[in-house]
Amino acid sequence: MPDTASGGERLIPDMRLDRQAVPAVINANDEYALEAALKLTEAHGGEVTLVSMAPPAGAETLRKGLAMGAHRGVPVSDPALGGSCTLSTARVLAAALRDVEFDLLLAGADTSDGGGGVVAPGVAALLSLPYLSYAARIEPDPDARTVRVRRISPTGFDLIESSLPALVVCTQALGEPRYPSLKGIMAARSKEVVTKSLADIGISPDDAGGAVATTRVLEATKPAARAATRVVREPASEAAKQLVAFLAERRIV
Amino acid sequence: MTAGAIWVHGEVAPDGSLARISAEVATAGRALGATSGRAVEGVVIAANPGTAADELARYVPVVHVLTEPATAQHAAGMAVAQRLAALVERDAPDYVLAGAGPEGRDVAGALSALLGWGVLVNATAVDWADGPVVEMSVFGGKLNTRSTFSGTHGIITIRPNVVAAEPAGKAGRVEPTTVDGDLAQPLVRVVERIEEAGAAAPIEEAKVIVAGGRGIGGSDGFRLVEELADALGGAVGATRAAVDAGWINYSQQIGQTGKIVKPKLYLALGISGAIQHKVGMQTADTIVAVNRDPDAPIAEFADLVVVGDLFEVIPAVLAELRARSG
Repeated sequence: MPDTASGGERLIPDMRLDRQAVPAVINANDEYALEAALKLTEAHGGEVTLVSMAPPAGAETLRKGLAMGAHRGVPVSDPALGGSCTLSTARVLAAALRDVEFDLLLAGADTSDGGGGVVAPGVAALLSLPYLSYAARIEPDPDARTVRVRRISPTGFDLIESSLPALVVCTQALGEPRYPSLKGIMAARSKEVVTKSLADIGISPDDAGGAVATTRVLEATKPAARAATRVVREPASEAAKQLVAFLAERRIV
Repeated sequence: MTAGAIWVHGEVAPDGSLARISAEVATAGRALGATSGRAVEGVVIAANPGTAADELARYVPVVHVLTEPATAQHAAGMAVAQRLAALVERDAPDYVLAGAGPEGRDVAGALSALLGWGVLVNATAVDWADGPVVEMSVFGGKLNTRSTFSGTHGIITIRPNVVAAEPAGKAGRVEPTTVDGDLAQPLVRVVERIEEAGAAAPIEEAKVIVAGGRGIGGSDGFRLVEELADALGGAVGATRAAVDAGWINYSQQIGQTGKIVKPKLYLALGISGAIQHKVGMQTADTIVAVNRDPDAPIAEFADLVVVGDLFEVIPAVLAELRARSG
């Protein structure tokens, strides 16, 4: 996805993001999912496959994930996918995943561009996978072919359980992503990355892509600049008075 | 043929009441109904939907209520989405509104896939011009977009704190309904529900947030943050650095990999204001920072910056607040 920390976002005339102007990165929340996947395979065996819908340079973006330890990458990239909506994204990922054998499908909580968090439940619905969201801990039982997840709830945790294969939405509570080692970076160069087109995954351009997007952007504007900052450099007691007076001016206290 | 209705998904809180976000979404839905001339109706689907349905009826004229026993012992989102999809196919509303919290997102995403409908996410405002026009803040708040649906139906998730919940003048009626058929999607069993002592109200809903960063220095420092949050009737927030250091729970994290908040006041303590944090809080109405470093990035977008040692400034602020209320 585009790096939201980079600056330089601009939209091309049909209101799609100019992907050339913004460097591509692995979505920050997806790095937590990848870290969780790597820890699980270290503990239980198995391999990690990165599946992504990505612009043409996506294969290179996935190299960082391979350098962290993933075994292979399957980016889906197709000129018809520019301007896709979240429904298209879910359909494309679901179609790509039909050709991948897996026990656990891990997803990040959301992306840092749109941040809708609606693609993962869409993929689960399309693939009829058990859907376990907002995981703070993932405990698979490979013998019983089940997985148990601590799901963050509004009042604490729900301990939830399903059969495998299943889709688990990861949170940062699973632990910080590792940095790629030099050895990992070297190894990533020779790992398998097979870019697939829409035709390769058996999707018609009538079912996914920019031409059939269910949503469209009408206009994009820069948010209004905030008013000038007031700076207070007084001793603590005077600064506190001014701070509280400021809150009172704004009717907060 | 009359134009299809606008539906409001009523989320049920763990205690059976209506989630606060749903009252806000219902209020937004009513405004949309008024400008579009369309009917606005609520839907509550749960094992025990009665209380939440009655509450939702304070906001909209009609609430369809469906008892779905599966949600008592199973994760709710997917089950609710399937029942909601069946009701949508039967009653043919054109739009479904939901909250942009964890529950609403799960339901909206699954519903989108099941119906083949588009979703516009994290609305910060919804207007009507031949269809819903949805305002969103994207790319970490660096662009505001206005979007619409390509077709004549869709799903919208609305952020907390965008609309103030306001009951309608007249209470609506609750209409029980049923749908046939098994739940086709696999269910996820709830083995145990664990209440955490001190689990705070969702931080996205707080009107005031007092947040701490690396400058807080440790768990002990967060007691001071909590004390100030209490004094202001607010919630405690944190940066990723503070969460990764284990000083405070992940549920309180604000920013790129945490939550996006829009409180009336965001009080940032010992927070430098790096882009990854800024994207989570920059749309707050008022931003006040206390920081030792006058050149920290937060000084560029805060409304007020106190340059100083927060361990001296915060106790002084607490004393000042006590003096005011006393």
